[in-house]
Amino acid sequence: MLTLQCPYCGVWAEETELHAEGEAHLKRFGPDSDDADFESYLFMRENPKGVHFERWRHASGCGKFFHAARSTTTLEVFGTYSAQTMEPPQDIKDKITAKYPGWSWREFS
Amino acid sequence: MRKYSAFAIAREAARYHSGWERAWRSPEPKKKYDVIIVGAGGHGLATAFYLGKNFGITNVAIIEKGWLGGGNTGRNTTIIRSNYLQDSSAALYEKARSLYETMSQDLNYNVMFSPRGVIMLAQTEHEVRGYQRTAHANALQGVTTEFIGPERVKELVPIINIDGPRYPVLGGLWQARGGTGRHDAVAWGYARACSDMGMDIIQKCEVVGVRSEGGNVVGVDTTKGPIDCDKLGLVVAGNSGDLANMAGFRLPMESVALQALVSEPIKPCMDVVVMANTVHGYMSQSDKGEMVIGGGTDGFNNYTQRGSFHHIEETVRALCETFPMVSRLKMLRQWGGIVDVTGDRSPVIGKTPLGNCFINAGWGTGGFKAIPGGGWATAELIAKGEPGPLAAEFGMERFIEGRFIDESVAAGVAH
Repeated sequence: MLTLQCPYCGVWAEETELHAEGEAHLKRFGPDSDDADFESYLFMRENPKGVHFERWRHASGCGKFFHAARSTTTLEVFGTYSAQTMEPPQDIKDKITAKYPGWSWREFS
Repeated sequence: MRKYSAFAIAREAARYHSGWERAWRSPEPKKKYDVIIVGAGGHGLATAFYLGKNFGITNVAIIEKGWLGGGNTGRNTTIIRSNYLQDSSAALYEKARSLYETMSQDLNYNVMFSPRGVIMLAQTEHEVRGYQRTAHANALQGVTTEFIGPERVKELVPIINIDGPRYPVLGGLWQARGGTGRHDAVAWGYARACSDMGMDIIQKCEVVGVRSEGGNVVGVDTTKGPIDCDKLGLVVAGNSGDLANMAGFRLPMESVALQALVSEPIKPCMDVVVMANTVHGYMSQSDKGEMVIGGGTDGFNNYTQRGSFHHIEETVRALCETFPMVSRLKMLRQWGGIVDVTGDRSPVIGKTPLGNCFINAGWGTGGFKAIPGGGWATAELIAKGEPGPLAAEFGMERFIEGRFIDESVAAGVAH
């Protein structure tokens, strides 16, 4: 079973306590934006085989949203981090690089 | 190709079965094909078959990284139905269902299509209204379904408990002409027919890159070397995102695990397919006697073909109330498949940002039932370069144009 540590309350929460909330670091576009941006934000998704960044919510715990870095092919978790950031912290990126040199995800690598 | 028949069985019985041929050839890839289909699952093979049968295009290779029919085609719960709400879905799935009826004859291969009937249980007031609406929509679409009351459900499924405290059965949407088929045989039958038309099915050959020139696809790089093509069809279900990455575009899809399980074989006890969407479970009995049970999808992206155990637990727990006998069953096997799910829970059959590259993907949790229809529509798309009437609404551009085929709201659940 997938377990993630909530970066806010520190609890190691198992999957049933959490709710997956989809792709991380989405740039949100409003009604005034052009169609392509709006489509990209609402529907187009990163769907990588390997390193992936996601939002999760500690639904049955503190209720807060947070981010997680995970592999979709091995289910290993590289780390979780705050929701109040636009990009993954350097230590998590380094951890991924140590294991998967040359990885990239959207504009991050 | 030697025809399969009762006479052939008698002939071979008289000579120690020494005359059977291999069902399909396993050739090395040629340098170039008119069309390359990536993915030898149900939809890929069906696409190739209808390219040959309907359009006479037979210089085709079907490339598969594993073995044919070894992905979701061999992992589903084999349910065939077409009781969808939206017109364009109903047309596509009804085309598929009607092709299943004659598939064994068309392919000269017994796909064991069993039109035993499918009930979708209504276990909340909301579902009752929803399915009554679907029944009316189906009547307008020419799909034969009816809304039936709990007594009729009990008559059709004697093992069901219609008075459960949490999930009472309030009725159901009954499609008498739905049913099940033998999933492997569908892939094998199409493969045999494709091979007979001179198409090359290349197994254990993984696509590692898509080559293009001036915005048009010119070939693929594979583990067996580069292969050129005029047109490319990507028909790879859960791996669509990965292939799209290679081809340089994004898709409105995410890949998640969907699970199923089977029980020990028991005596015949249920001769229809029952889907209980409120509790995320569906069940039918296989010819071997196993109860085949399908569950829900996980919420997170996953390529491991392993799902989360708690979904199995939830599915079985819910089924125990509706089918009390399930609590006495031992489960034999449990497995997962990777399905690509779109925002509106409807598939994508259409052109891609790359020229001469076409895609059939996003079937989510309901691809098996659509195999012949999806193949038919994708073959037309590839042959003509433009979608025909069946696929017209299913292009990716529907997301930017806001023309959703919203079965996620219609079905509310796995479908």
